[in-house]
Amino acid sequence: MQHTLVALVENKPGVLTRVTSLFQRRSFNIDSLTVGRTENPGVSRITIVVDADKDNAGRLITYLNKLVNIVWVEDITDSPKVSRDLAMVKVSVNPANRAEVMQLVDVFRARIIDVGNDSLMIEITGSEEKIEGFIETLKPFGILEMVRAGVVAMGRGANPLGNSVGSGNGNGIIPGGNGKVL
Amino acid sequence: MKKINGAQIMWECILKEGVDQIFGYPGGANLPIFHHMTEYPIHHVLPRHEQGAAHMADGYARASGKVGVALATSGPGATNLVTGIATAMLDSSPVVFFTGQVSSPLLGYDAFQEVDVVGITMPITKHNYLVTDVRDLTRTIREAFYIARSGRPGPVLVDIPKDVQNAVIDWEYDDAPIQLPGYKSDPPIKAGDMEMALELINKAKKPVILAGHGVLLSGAMQELLQFSEITLTPIATTLLGIGSVPASHPMNLGLMGMHGEAWVNQAIQEADLLLAFGMRFDDRVTGNLKSFAPSAKKIHLEIDPSEINKNVKVDLALLGDIGDTLRQLIPQLERVDREEWNEHINDMRIESGKRDIKNIKSDKLHAAHVISDLSKLADPNSIVVTDVGQNQMWAAQYFMREKPYSLITSGGLGTMGFGLPASIGVKFARPNAEVWCISGDGGFQMTMPELQTLKQENIKVNIIILNNGYLGMVRQWQELFYTRNYSGTPLSSPDFVKIAEAHGLTGILVSKRSEIENAVRQARETEGSVVLEFKIEEEDLVYPMVPTGAALHEMIRRPEMIP
Repeated sequence: MQHTLVALVENKPGVLTRVTSLFQRRSFNIDSLTVGRTENPGVSRITIVVDADKDNAGRLITYLNKLVNIVWVEDITDSPKVSRDLAMVKVSVNPANRAEVMQLVDVFRARIIDVGNDSLMIEITGSEEKIEGFIETLKPFGILEMVRAGVVAMGRGANPLGNSVGSGNGNGIIPGGNGKVL
Repeated sequence: MKKINGAQIMWECILKEGVDQIFGYPGGANLPIFHHMTEYPIHHVLPRHEQGAAHMADGYARASGKVGVALATSGPGATNLVTGIATAMLDSSPVVFFTGQVSSPLLGYDAFQEVDVVGITMPITKHNYLVTDVRDLTRTIREAFYIARSGRPGPVLVDIPKDVQNAVIDWEYDDAPIQLPGYKSDPPIKAGDMEMALELINKAKKPVILAGHGVLLSGAMQELLQFSEITLTPIATTLLGIGSVPASHPMNLGLMGMHGEAWVNQAIQEADLLLAFGMRFDDRVTGNLKSFAPSAKKIHLEIDPSEINKNVKVDLALLGDIGDTLRQLIPQLERVDREEWNEHINDMRIESGKRDIKNIKSDKLHAAHVISDLSKLADPNSIVVTDVGQNQMWAAQYFMREKPYSLITSGGLGTMGFGLPASIGVKFARPNAEVWCISGDGGFQMTMPELQTLKQENIKVNIIILNNGYLGMVRQWQELFYTRNYSGTPLSSPDFVKIAEAHGLTGILVSKRSEIENAVRQARETEGSVVLEFKIEEEDLVYPMVPTGAALHEMIRRPEMIP
């Protein structure tokens, strides 16, 4: 099944390479990976969606934790969270079906961001399911080009990820393993 | 404050780390570092290949418990280190590697001798750095040594461009606390897990301890023995765990795994509790995972969380330094009568002993004879360094190691050519110890030029070459599993006695068992390094052997008579 991992990493050169090279070395396939800035200029946030069973997702967390530049990593698959993807879709239209496409855009609460003679560029944000549903709906009109930004996710409630981050060496969490009776 | 350049900062920093010995090869991109080396109280050893430098620093680290340091230039110098870095990584050896790099404005332009060594070594180092600003150098080097030696140790590489080596700044040593918010080296132990562990231990009737390298890395030899003696739990060791318990100690079973003795593997398979101390259930240790110790509960004492449930699912994991964990456990252990279990294992041991080739009289020269005789004749405080292959397994089986850190071998990566250069590093770490390098004719020829390093440094290592004219371990697999089709394994060798002499060393050839004692005595008495070549039986096998995919107790046993 798909697991959503969120990592806070030091904003240093090569950190993304360390993360992706780890996936390659340990034979994991990345479904989606996004990286971006956070409220803390020294820290970037990586959201990774990976297809793995529970044991392997746990293994992955321990490997990621061994990377010196990873400050915090957590599997938030089963936690209450909001996750969002963004897609830009260029769809082919003609005078006959243009209105129909615009109506679908409204239904899905997407936005038209560019209008050409024979095409519309549409932006949609939402859960992966919603975006996939939208894309399926547009397919019959002819999708000329599509790009997706990748999933970002955040836990619900006031508690931020990695609450105790920065409290000194060795204080990162050790998920999985300790005291685990199978 | 003083005005110094990056190269000098590097030396200042490594002196602060207590380094006085480095192994390094000069080249275009590390010239400033070599230029300033002579200003500092550092002893430098020039290997004949950068791989040699890496293994020397690794051997030095393993024998001294200190961080080893190797130095190479950019490009080919750096890539030649790679095998040695991976060797250190797989065996958790604390080594800091410094590489020179082309000047930072040239980075990425395929300059002469430019290679992305940080990219290349990312998966084979614990961490690595490219330093592009001389003001980062002090912090980086301090972090490198700290990461290399703390937690589960491992190699760290620091790549320093030439312009950074040349850059002059006002400098003073910065000893502010190291800030590594993401470095989790020392997981805390939970009290509740201790109680669970004690319950499992006290309940067990047939427990076995599996002692690995972690015991030695943690320095927990005393605690291991206490635990074993209180609970009457016998100790099996991994290859790298040899030396964690004295070979002659009554609770020591010996080597487990693919070439472990029959009683050891049998005991593990029959056990109702396995206590894994700082070992990682490598495939060479477990045999077929599905049938590994089927009726045993398993408790894993381990500092690296990623090793928990990796190969073998355990019932309980106690994370943390093994010594710390054992010191918490020991006062609460109950004495339980486990005489029956120990007697049962002893019976199996007596049965196996009858098959042992070292106990069988034969006119032929068997490796088992060479090593077991050597084990009796060598200094009891000697250190044995092995190469990889049959020679390594025979050394592990027959060279009785009483002291910790006295068997040094490439376990995880299994690097042929490790023996000779590593033994040089070992000699520098423990100059007063008698050092024996045990090698085969194949592995020895891989790093043979390091003989001249011995000569140049005027140090003494006694080198055993077990010459059977084959790449013996591969030949063994071909004999057993590939229809005896010796494809690519027959190997000719130069006259090793003459090779030794050509390097200004002493060479001795032995082809009969009766000559072993004299040869060993002569080697020990000779000043300077000695090469002892033993012409052993060509088609000897390492017994017992657990074939790949077989359960640990499904061993190919020693024949009862020599065929």
